Amino acid sequence: MSTRRNTVALVLRAGVRDLTRSRWLVIYTVGFWAVTEALFLFGGTGEQVVLSLLNVMLLLVPLVALVFGTAHVHASREFTELLLAQPLSRRAIFLGLYLGMALPLTAAFVVGIGVPLLLHGTTGAAPRLALVFLAGTGALLTLTFAAIAMFIALGGNDRLRAMARALAIWFAFTVAYDGAVLAAVSLFGDWPLERPMLALMLGNPVDLARLLVLTSLDASALLGYTGALFRRIFGTALGPAIAIVALSLWTLAPVLLARRRFLRRDF
Amino acid sequence: MITLESVRKAYGSRVVFEGITLTLAPGRITALVGPNGSGKTTLIKLILGLARPDAGRLLFDGIPFDAEGRYRARIGYAPQSPRLPEHLRVGELFAMLCALRPDASVDETLLDEFSLRAEWETPVGTLSGGWRQKLANACAFLFAPDVLILDEPTAGLDPIAAGLLKSHLRQARSAGRTILISSHILSELEELADDVAFLCEGHLRFAGPVAALLAETGTRRLEPAVAALLRGLRIETGGAPRAGLRA
Repeated sequence: MSTRRNTVALVLRAGVRDLTRSRWLVIYTVGFWAVTEALFLFGGTGEQVVLSLLNVMLLLVPLVALVFGTAHVHASREFTELLLAQPLSRRAIFLGLYLGMALPLTAAFVVGIGVPLLLHGTTGAAPRLALVFLAGTGALLTLTFAAIAMFIALGGNDRLRAMARALAIWFAFTVAYDGAVLAAVSLFGDWPLERPMLALMLGNPVDLARLLVLTSLDASALLGYTGALFRRIFGTALGPAIAIVALSLWTLAPVLLARRRFLRRDF
Repeated sequence: MITLESVRKAYGSRVVFEGITLTLAPGRITALVGPNGSGKTTLIKLILGLARPDAGRLLFDGIPFDAEGRYRARIGYAPQSPRLPEHLRVGELFAMLCALRPDASVDETLLDEFSLRAEWETPVGTLSGGWRQKLANACAFLFAPDVLILDEPTAGLDPIAAGLLKSHLRQARSAGRTILISSHILSELEELADDVAFLCEGHLRFAGPVAALLAETGTRRLEPAVAALLRGLRIETGGAPRAGLRA
């Protein structure tokens, strides 16, 4: 019987081989590359490019990870069954399938933004830390939303329903959440809202990613209500550290939930 | 030998089947037949450990299935025209399967006879349905398993490939392997099957030798025998099991 590590590595390698040859992944990489190049072309400085890329990333990375991930898990169902019919550990198969999907998506994003930024030599103009945070938070968001996609797709056999749920979750995290926070602030403005707002800030990985990159750029004006609050309470050193831990937990939690569903469900 | 004892499976409030007691004997080919939605695929998935029974027991050579699924090392499974990672090449898929089971002995006979090596560099996604079925069948035979479970194994196969597969199944039977085939092509099952398991409306309506089924229904062929079973169920009992035909 294959060892668990061997199973994870082999299933992961199959996933990476499959996805790196997919035209959709190539389009995703080239898309980010083209956007970065276009931002430079229209006269942006390194810092402006990072800020613009941040906005693109916060919308696009969760969307692609959710939609692509949900579709991929449904399309891989028979492959998953073929693997599960072998004398292999379900845990190892899950980890191999998850990483085989999430790592190529992460690499596509990092290459898509990283190579043009390096080619333009912007590390002098934009703070190095901002570039690292942009790539790092994008990678963590990809891993988070790919795991959420897996959790959704493993919830049933109806592909369309899963896709609708994925889009609803994307809308909730990237659009509706901030609207709800603003509504709460205006409705309950007379109440002490600092603690609930901090909890709300930690409850959205997209907001945490935004906070981290903006903090590294020192763009306080763009932090927004919750971001400014977060910074005021925790300061410039502790704030990012707390945000990094929270974002890491946000990556881990959906992976564990998806794994639980994978181990328990009937195929 | 695989034994199912009083197995029940439901998805939510929908009972797929219950009270299934069936033995798949070595050296015999069992045809699993039944109308669409009768639970044939679910039964196969229970044996493979892809799904878990709500009640009852499954045994491999008299020993209950282990939770880790070690018994699956002795089972070869061919799904029907499976969709596999479309950019993975045929050779890469087989290399991965062999690497996943480094201790298993590999039988590449069917790979060669199906000419799959000629498609070694072909992405799986560009294969036709027939080639995908060849691939699935070759996967099932790859580790020379004691038990073969094949879901519609001849679907989409050309007559030569279908003939090769049947020949291999007969050899496997002669070698004492346990074989379960689920198919709608009853004429093909008739050529191969020693036993029939007929699932309908959540119950195993018949399980036994093909000859016994033919005698029971007064027919000479499998197709009219199964049709007679279905008609009998509808006319005589409105869906309830016929006592004489139960396993």
